[in-house]
Amino acid sequence: MTVGLFIPCYVDQFYPGAAIACLELLEKLGVNVVYPKNQTCCGQPMANSGFEHLTHGCNELFIKNFAEFDYIVAPSGSCVLHVRDHLHDDAQPEKARHISERIYEFTSFLTDVLKVTSLPAKFPHKVGMHQSCHGQRGLHLSSMTELVAPDFSKPGSLLNMVEGLELVELSRKDECCGFGGTFCVAEEAVSVKMGKDRVADHLEHGAEYITGVDMSCLMHMEGILNRQGSKVKVLHIAQILNGE
Amino acid sequence: MTNETKDHSALADIFNKDEARVNWHDETLWWIRAKRDKAVHQLPEWEDLRETASRIKHNVLSNMSSYLQQFEANAIANGITVHWAADAKEHNQIVLSLLQKHSVTRMVKSKSMLTEECHLNEYLGENGVDVIDSDLGERIVQLAHEPPSHIVLPCIHKKKEEIGELFHQYLGTPAGNADPQFLTETARHHLRETFLTRRAALTGVNFAIAETGEFVVCTNEGNADMGAHLADVHIASMGFEKIIPERKHLSVFLRLLTRSATGQPITTYSSHFGKPRPGQEMHIVIVDNGRSVQLGREEFRNSLKCIRCGACMNTCPVYRRSGGHSYHNAISGPIGAILAPNLDMEKYADLPFASTLCGSCSNVCPVKIDIHDQLYKWRQVIVKNGYATKTKKAGMQVMTLTLSSPTIYHVGGKAGRWFMKHVPFAVNNKLNPWYKQRDMPEPPKESFGEWYSKNRKKS
Amino acid sequence: MTNEPMNASRDKILAAITQNQPASVPVPDISFLKGGPEDPEEKFTTVLTTIGGKVLKVKGFDEIKKLLPEHFDTGKRVVTTLAELSDAGQLYAGEPIDPHTMEDIELTITSAHFAVAENGAVWVTEELIKQRVLPFICQHLAVVVNAGSIVPTMHEAYQKIGNTTYGFGTFIAGPSKTADIEQSLVLGAHGPRSMTVFILG
Repeated sequence: MTVGLFIPCYVDQFYPGAAIACLELLEKLGVNVVYPKNQTCCGQPMANSGFEHLTHGCNELFIKNFAEFDYIVAPSGSCVLHVRDHLHDDAQPEKARHISERIYEFTSFLTDVLKVTSLPAKFPHKVGMHQSCHGQRGLHLSSMTELVAPDFSKPGSLLNMVEGLELVELSRKDECCGFGGTFCVAEEAVSVKMGKDRVADHLEHGAEYITGVDMSCLMHMEGILNRQGSKVKVLHIAQILNGE
Repeated sequence: MTNETKDHSALADIFNKDEARVNWHDETLWWIRAKRDKAVHQLPEWEDLRETASRIKHNVLSNMSSYLQQFEANAIANGITVHWAADAKEHNQIVLSLLQKHSVTRMVKSKSMLTEECHLNEYLGENGVDVIDSDLGERIVQLAHEPPSHIVLPCIHKKKEEIGELFHQYLGTPAGNADPQFLTETARHHLRETFLTRRAALTGVNFAIAETGEFVVCTNEGNADMGAHLADVHIASMGFEKIIPERKHLSVFLRLLTRSATGQPITTYSSHFGKPRPGQEMHIVIVDNGRSVQLGREEFRNSLKCIRCGACMNTCPVYRRSGGHSYHNAISGPIGAILAPNLDMEKYADLPFASTLCGSCSNVCPVKIDIHDQLYKWRQVIVKNGYATKTKKAGMQVMTLTLSSPTIYHVGGKAGRWFMKHVPFAVNNKLNPWYKQRDMPEPPKESFGEWYSKNRKKS
Repeated sequence: MTNEPMNASRDKILAAITQNQPASVPVPDISFLKGGPEDPEEKFTTVLTTIGGKVLKVKGFDEIKKLLPEHFDTGKRVVTTLAELSDAGQLYAGEPIDPHTMEDIELTITSAHFAVAENGAVWVTEELIKQRVLPFICQHLAVVVNAGSIVPTMHEAYQKIGNTTYGFGTFIAGPSKTADIEQSLVLGAHGPRSMTVFILG
């Protein structure tokens, strides 16, 4: 099995540690991973701003980079959801469909494809798990508090395999952090307020780290934590599962 | 009102100047969301109910024309007069002419978001008719000369002290008394006098049944009934999408409506109006006002399934932290943001962007409207129709060019450099909306791409 | 009163709708929706009590008559639609009156066709209440319902209603209430301040 690793642009540029952890853990689990170097972005920033019609170049490039792999894995629920729902190319519809069907968010690839049941990781800390909306409500990585349905959490089940890790309960289990792509600057006041409230929930419950499947949400919350002078850190879930 | 010129973001910015108040607003609405969760989790069949309701409404949308005609015929047979209004103006004219016919200059009105949409009160006021809103929350915002900020909880943005002050000013209560029990009792006496002296009453319509020609009005206060049963003339205004096929389908909708809205198992009163009372005149005004256009928009027609429960507002993290008035439309929140652009795409171009697309709204919607997907789709339509701001357009074109080209993207190679140049949040100055209240991420010494080149030989 | 269904706007609206509505899909079956095994009387009592109502289990009308002065100010105007209670208040059998004259009623005692366990509601129609405003305008409302007539959910409720005709019918669940001021629940908004259900049987 060969997996194409898709690293979202902002992770590549700002959070290489998350991408490295993702690569290393997949390799440890025996997966042959390839990182196509000419990748850039899935096109979501434009599409969510109403410019989906401008994403053709991104789509073409994405297909060129990833069409040949058995699976495509990315450490982001949001980008994966975008590719699943919106990747299209009238010239090569089958390739686009292949990618849409074979692209996985990192943790669900571990639980659903690799069917991981144990991890050698150790992380003796209190950790708050942020449910990123696109991963949770879009990709159904976890149950949602709005629905009358059984409880489950794919990323949560993986974190529970980590020795010494204590997951903290939150008052609002799955409220949005307010990042929202360009929303974070276009609606600055509400975005920041949502982020502050989300961070406060983790702090009130004693989290030393905030983790999640989407670095974008974590980047937003990190910006708030750092501005507040908090010692609490954000870490992508791959970094914890990789045993850092 | 200055809301005309400010967009959601600017109005939300003003709302957020008072953080303690934002916290209070957020927590009040979250509490209602929590009550909703508690109520729905008691019904194992909840998701089946939602699915069934959605499918009944789909059947309604697809047979709208015949159901409306069936309803009309049955209502007429029941002795109700049916009127049709193509738009808000015609609706208002019909109501005014009915009042003038009976020489009525004072009317009592229970909750009807449609009349807010049509700005009926202003119109009647200009034409010499005094309207008193009888729902307590609506009466409060009416006294404050404000529109409702929420479709179910019209004065959810008001503190009890502010309400006490309004009552002191208009209803003569002692200054400084803000006790909800006392204020409600005052309103009870004030409005009882209104009910007893008004010869005409206007109500909204929650559901209209094609099979029987009856319509259902739901309230907790009993204000619709007090108005209608004491008046000589009862006018009921309904958007045409309120129609449902058969009486038995009410079971599905009445089980969903208040559990979604407030967590109650049902409203105190679910009144079924079949025929006028002996000696009474009963009128129904069926209103289009853009609905038939929305029905033709394949991607957005599901918005017409809405039963106006307000659950999407209560759960919306943006609504809770920006307040209903920041949506500058009669219907606020996520549902308002997908309905409004149909009426005026330019005026409401900002609303579909007032969302993180978190999807909670679609999950709580009792008729399973794909609200957050429609917000995404409206963004595409709005941009294609040329209502995106110029700076946004330019920024997006640069971003597109760069992200479509690995060469440009990797130029310079230094981590963070591209972002620092092209992403709107990447400059550390006061003008940068990211940096105002958030720190920038530390640019690492190398990007993942650079690390990979050094550490892996593949590809 | 004239009905003129044919007018310009009507035709315009219906034409636009006909043109724009999607291809017809069938109406779904709802017969699979029904109540669970819970005891309806117990559930009804719990729910109505939770939403601010009061439930009194009685053997017969004599017991109701005895209870009335304990629970209500029977020195004030009491109106009933029930012949069995005609010595407990004024009997109103539906003779034509101006509804405004009911403004000073302290207590209305009427009956319901049936009650609904899941939400504490009772179903009344014009046939039982005689004057539409009667259960709304009084300060306090009491409703007599047969124990055997409590159905589990709204699905059974509408099965019971079936295709009966009525000029007016309403589900009433508890006292009139509002929480419009800072979500503080206040009973007695415009209608009755209290609702008591006598379960007969």
